[in-house]
Amino acid sequence: MREQILNVIEKNSRIDISELAVLLGYPEIDVANEIKAMEEEGIICGYHTLIDWDKTSIEKVSALIEVKVTPQRGQGFDNIAERIYKYPEVNAVYLISGGFDLLVSLEGKTLKEVSLFVSDKLHLRDRHQYFHPLCTQEIQRPRYHYRSEKS
Amino acid sequence: MRIPLSEEVVKLKPSGIRKFFDIVHEMKDAISLGVGEPDFDTPWHIRDEGIYSLEKGKTIYTSNSGLLQLRQEISKYLERKYNVSYDPTTEMLITVGGSEGIDVGLRAMLNPGDEVLIPQPSYVSYEPCTIIAGGKPVIIELKAENEFRLTEQELRDAITDKTRVLILPFPNNPTGAIMEESDLVAIAKVCVEKDIFVMSDEIYAELTYKGKHVSIASLPGMKERTILINGFSKAYAMTGWRLGYACGPKEVISQMTKIHQFCIMCAPTTSQYAAIEAIKNGDDDIAKMRDAYNQRRRFLLDAFNKMGLDCFEPYGAFYVFPCVKEFGMTSDEFATRFLEEEKVAAVPGTAFGDCGEGFLRISYAYSLDHLKIAMERLARFVEKLRKEQGR
Repeated sequence: MREQILNVIEKNSRIDISELAVLLGYPEIDVANEIKAMEEEGIICGYHTLIDWDKTSIEKVSALIEVKVTPQRGQGFDNIAERIYKYPEVNAVYLISGGFDLLVSLEGKTLKEVSLFVSDKLHLRDRHQYFHPLCTQEIQRPRYHYRSEKS
Repeated sequence: MRIPLSEEVVKLKPSGIRKFFDIVHEMKDAISLGVGEPDFDTPWHIRDEGIYSLEKGKTIYTSNSGLLQLRQEISKYLERKYNVSYDPTTEMLITVGGSEGIDVGLRAMLNPGDEVLIPQPSYVSYEPCTIIAGGKPVIIELKAENEFRLTEQELRDAITDKTRVLILPFPNNPTGAIMEESDLVAIAKVCVEKDIFVMSDEIYAELTYKGKHVSIASLPGMKERTILINGFSKAYAMTGWRLGYACGPKEVISQMTKIHQFCIMCAPTTSQYAAIEAIKNGDDDIAKMRDAYNQRRRFLLDAFNKMGLDCFEPYGAFYVFPCVKEFGMTSDEFATRFLEEEKVAAVPGTAFGDCGEGFLRISYAYSLDHLKIAMERLARFVEKLRKEQGR
């Protein structure tokens, strides 16, 4: 039942529990309990809204930044990743394979603000870190092309 | 000038499904519940194989029977899914959709005056194809109280000494009915006893929501008297690729291949390459689409239940078949008014045989959002009719 619930609410987190119960053919109470349990277990971490900020008048720039780091003994990449993640500008930090180690997704009001963040906050921390900013709207855009049933 | 026309063909009625769609196209804001094809696109990896085959220049005829590799994969698939095994070299023909298999199969089997038993409501082609093949269609009227399954007694009552073939269209379009193993065992017993051949149209086999689909060909004594029709259209959302297959005893398949050879030559080559990918690596796609259909099916049944509309629970295909007899109109009147007053097109049950009178075929090959709007309109319409009747 969990997988079925997650498959539906991953695409539509606003669905009524009663409607969800109908779709999956389970009693409403069971579905509600299962969702609550998954929230408590941290399987469901939150309910977000996917926004295309480009269509608003609010100025925002998103960027993906590749970061190469020297892992610290006994801590792998976690320590640095966590330090980066604590900045409020940062949406997410991914550990990636390939030429770089971390992929940092961040957001600022302007391109300038983003580049300042990169040079001031990230760059000077550690001489062994290298940054390769991919600061373009184009890279960011596919996020909004949400995968639908027709793809 | 004298235009030569076959009297048999002129007498055939055109398919009754189209009428409403033509109106929908012209009416603003009208929505449809009518289509008989998946709303999904063909999964990308399948399309990609089709494209790749074109890039490699695979643009010539295949053998008449179809690519051997495809036949081998189908053979493995049927064994794996339905526990029935066919020799890919002698017992299988790749056709242009399941519908070619029906046509060619009947033409290969029938002599003038032979009777073909056709349970209705069912897909619109069995009757005309039987007539074109020189056979005589004998209709078995299925009943709502049996959930539109074919019963042993109904079959026995229809058999005469001219009966040659029984068409078995399950999971069923338009009712959504299925035949479970116990139902099929009873039918198989009669077929063996009375020496009747079966043409089992299992095009919706993958879209079964209760247990696993059972093919009548897998029952003892039945493989040698069954032509199994299946294809890629419904399971893999590949209607436009026009690809199906027929399996059966080599005596019949070889005659079918002869007709196919003269009329068709071979099924589309690009589609055949895409189909190899579909049948090898498409199980997950089927499962995803089936889950989505199943959710919609439950949604519709719940909606009917809430508006007090009588409907048996169908376990197959992507249709529900609610009863509208309580409103004292024919299916056609109901569908016409529903379209005019609420701008929703659904196909009257009578398009699939006279015994579909009093029913409506509603397809759920549509997104949930689309179905929600349609059900709001249906609920409103049903309320209105009940008020008119002073209830």
